Amino acid sequence: MLVNQFLILGAVLFCIGVYGVIARRNAVMVLMSIELILNSVNLNLLAFALRNGSVDGHVFALYIITVAAAEVGVGLALVLLVYRNRKSIGLEELSEMKG
Amino acid sequence: MFAASEAAAETAAVALKSGWFLENAWIIPIIPAVAFALIIFFGKKLPMKGSELGVLSMVGSLVFAGGAAYQWIDRVNSASEGQYIEPVIRTWTWWQSGGFDLTIGQHMDGLSLTVLVVVAFISTLVQIYSLEYLRGDRRYTHFFASLTLFSAGMMNMVIADNMIQLILGWEIMGLCSFMLIGHWWEDHANSRAALKAFFTTRTGDIGLLVGTSILFFSANSWTQENLGVSGFSIRGLSAWALSGSPSSVAITAGAFALFVACIGKSGQFPLHTWLPDAMAGPTPVSSLLHSSTMVVAGVFLVARLFPVFYEGMNIYGSSLNFVTLIGGITIIIAALLAFVQNDIKKVLAYSTVSQLGYMMMGLGAGAWLPAVFHIFTHAFFKACLFLAAGSVSHSGSHHSFDMKKDMGGLRKFMPITFVTWVISTLALCGVFPLSGFFSKDEIIDNVGYAGYDIFMIVGLVGAFMTAAYMTRATYLTFFGEPRGAAAGEHHEEEGHDAHAAGHGHDAHHGHDDHDGHDNDAHASHGPHESNAFITVPLIILATLAIGAGFLNAVPFGEKWENMKKWVEPRAVVVGDVDHAAVGEVRGVRTDDTIPATEETIVATEEGASPEAKAAPLMATAAPAEAAYGEEGHGSHSSDCGKKTPKAGVCYAPYVKHAPFKWSKAALSMAIVFAGIILSWLVSVQLYTRKRGFFVGLTKKNKLLAAGHAFLVNKYYLDHLYEKIIVRGIAHPIAKGAYWFNQNVLDGVVNGAGIGTKGVARWVYRNVDQRVVDGAVNGSGVVARGAGGALRPVQSGKVNQYGALLFAAAAVAGLVLIIINT
Repeated sequence: MLVNQFLILGAVLFCIGVYGVIARRNAVMVLMSIELILNSVNLNLLAFALRNGSVDGHVFALYIITVAAAEVGVGLALVLLVYRNRKSIGLEELSEMKG
Repeated sequence: MFAASEAAAETAAVALKSGWFLENAWIIPIIPAVAFALIIFFGKKLPMKGSELGVLSMVGSLVFAGGAAYQWIDRVNSASEGQYIEPVIRTWTWWQSGGFDLTIGQHMDGLSLTVLVVVAFISTLVQIYSLEYLRGDRRYTHFFASLTLFSAGMMNMVIADNMIQLILGWEIMGLCSFMLIGHWWEDHANSRAALKAFFTTRTGDIGLLVGTSILFFSANSWTQENLGVSGFSIRGLSAWALSGSPSSVAITAGAFALFVACIGKSGQFPLHTWLPDAMAGPTPVSSLLHSSTMVVAGVFLVARLFPVFYEGMNIYGSSLNFVTLIGGITIIIAALLAFVQNDIKKVLAYSTVSQLGYMMMGLGAGAWLPAVFHIFTHAFFKACLFLAAGSVSHSGSHHSFDMKKDMGGLRKFMPITFVTWVISTLALCGVFPLSGFFSKDEIIDNVGYAGYDIFMIVGLVGAFMTAAYMTRATYLTFFGEPRGAAAGEHHEEEGHDAHAAGHGHDAHHGHDDHDGHDNDAHASHGPHESNAFITVPLIILATLAIGAGFLNAVPFGEKWENMKKWVEPRAVVVGDVDHAAVGEVRGVRTDDTIPATEETIVATEEGASPEAKAAPLMATAAPAEAAYGEEGHGSHSSDCGKKTPKAGVCYAPYVKHAPFKWSKAALSMAIVFAGIILSWLVSVQLYTRKRGFFVGLTKKNKLLAAGHAFLVNKYYLDHLYEKIIVRGIAHPIAKGAYWFNQNVLDGVVNGAGIGTKGVARWVYRNVDQRVVDGAVNGSGVVARGAGGALRPVQSGKVNQYGALLFAAAAVAGLVLIIINT
């Protein structure tokens, strides 16, 4: 069944994204991983929209794409500021806590 | 869809020939697209840094496009006279949404093949030229990648079967244009120019989206019912526009909105300001994107959806419409600006804007074929002019483009560049046997013939000005005494860099890559001819600038009008069942010049709809030959666009062709030569003898001085856009937001703060001190212990937070599943 393949692809993308968020030390890479996760969700929505023959899932996917674009804009701005202050975007160097 | 169109072709009087290349033309844009990916990923590891892939892919596309064009000509020849030549359409489902299928595919006809061949050809030559011109550039691989992607985008747009696919290609081109203009982005001027180009064309692109949406929602039900295609389909939109069913409001609004996009992309007034600034890119880019191919995308869109504009703008029903008006204004204002430029590329840029104005004016006046033919010829000679300008700066003037400071007298040093430049200049001016004559003169002629008298005069004035400013540029560059770098003056390196910053142009080469070709230029001290990578493309293009016009040499009679035969869609009714199936005449070129009135539209709808509904057209596709056999063969007898087809559809409107008269040609020739001679005399006085009436005229005469300043400042349009429109809109919004923030939001916040303070004081006295403190002290002990235990969790490491988040989500998910089952 075609929908299954979409879902599997979505799951794989999601896992890659989660791995990226956890394992990557570079803030930009983490942002990209978050994008992957968002898009795996998109794929799920589209897959179910396809199965149900409805347009709702597509509308949601478009919303998610828009919101994701805004989110990345904010995220990259943060990264840029962090870089200006610390000359590094390594996440492990950001922590000032003692834990 | 494909099966349907083939069925239609087979049932026609004569089965139309086709061929492998024509059927598989969709491969053409795929080749550079794949090459782009390969260059990006592996380019830097290849022996020629990826440029070989770019050149090879362009050669491949050229071969495929050539094959397809050849087979198309074969197809045209196989048709009987007056038969509609079905375009070769193949579509696949791109995506589905709620039962709606959007297709992707190819729509191959004369127009798309003409532009396709031009794009593939010029791209090939420009890439070869770039091998030398950009040798040693620090972003060499990326340059070729962008150039290849651009070609893929343009070809995709050209073969597009529907508007969405067309928009895709259109936007890819916009992106590549941005990347290539800003190729040397270290220079602030270049990145500003890139942004300006991007934003200005984006402003126009809003119109593309709006127009496409308007047309889709107005046309979709008609096209689905009658042709079985969506309202995005170009073929569907064309048929719909000519069917008499669209409401005049919808089609006019759609055509206007689409034309706004064309104004942006094709540098028409008032959005032309980005195009001259785009010359900040490397010269091959100017040659390929900003003169011969990308900027004709707007013209192409008008030509592609000509039926929509034909009906929406009421092209044969008036003597003034939006398209011709914009085109006419553009011709004149751009040509005037070309006179005050010192930068050779900016002269050419304004010349391009002006020539695009000709194309638009031609299309607006219904001179479809001359306008398309002008796309074809203009591409060759304008690409040649830009490459020659690049050659001059590369080898003659030490990377400067300033004609007054660093050029002059170069004809002795650069004979090949000089000759090719002069040939292309004459072609651009429209001197008789060269290609520009056959296209530009036809536009002017046909514009007058269609009743747009004022615009014919505009065209002639434009031709005079074209001849004059090109003579000025030629004189400054190649004649007179060598000046500056052209005189072999060796710039000090600091001076050179200052120069580069001042003009923001290709001189930028010199910053970082002294190792490459720059050493050649330094070593040779002074102007010399460029090498074969540069001269061979120049010679090929100059040859075409001479010869391309003979593909549609109207003066020599019907036999020479090959482009007309091959490219112009025949305006015949397709799928017509009986001969008398033509409705009443609509308001075309009547005295009152009112567009199709409400009554006639209602009447035609009543007449047309029931039959059309009863017999879906694709199923009843019958020989068009039968329908028009008696009216005398040939497309001229058709009523498409003049009257509403009662049954059957038209895909192309009837267009008029002005009969050629040598007297009119002689008049325009006289005007052109007058321009050349006058300009030559003035140039000699101004730039070489430095005396006489003209020298210092703009300083002596106040009125002329004001005019000069007006031109130098580009009609203050940039000031208008940046200072007035952007500031006028953006700044008040920002100010308003600030005021709101300071007064309203802060007021609320402060008020809340004061209120809270009062409450808090009471709470402090009564609750906090007595009840809570005791509890707090107790809980403090607990909290400290818990905090110590939990401290590792709050590590400040984002990754760890993420891991916790996902772990928690996973646990929650598991819980959810367990509860639900």
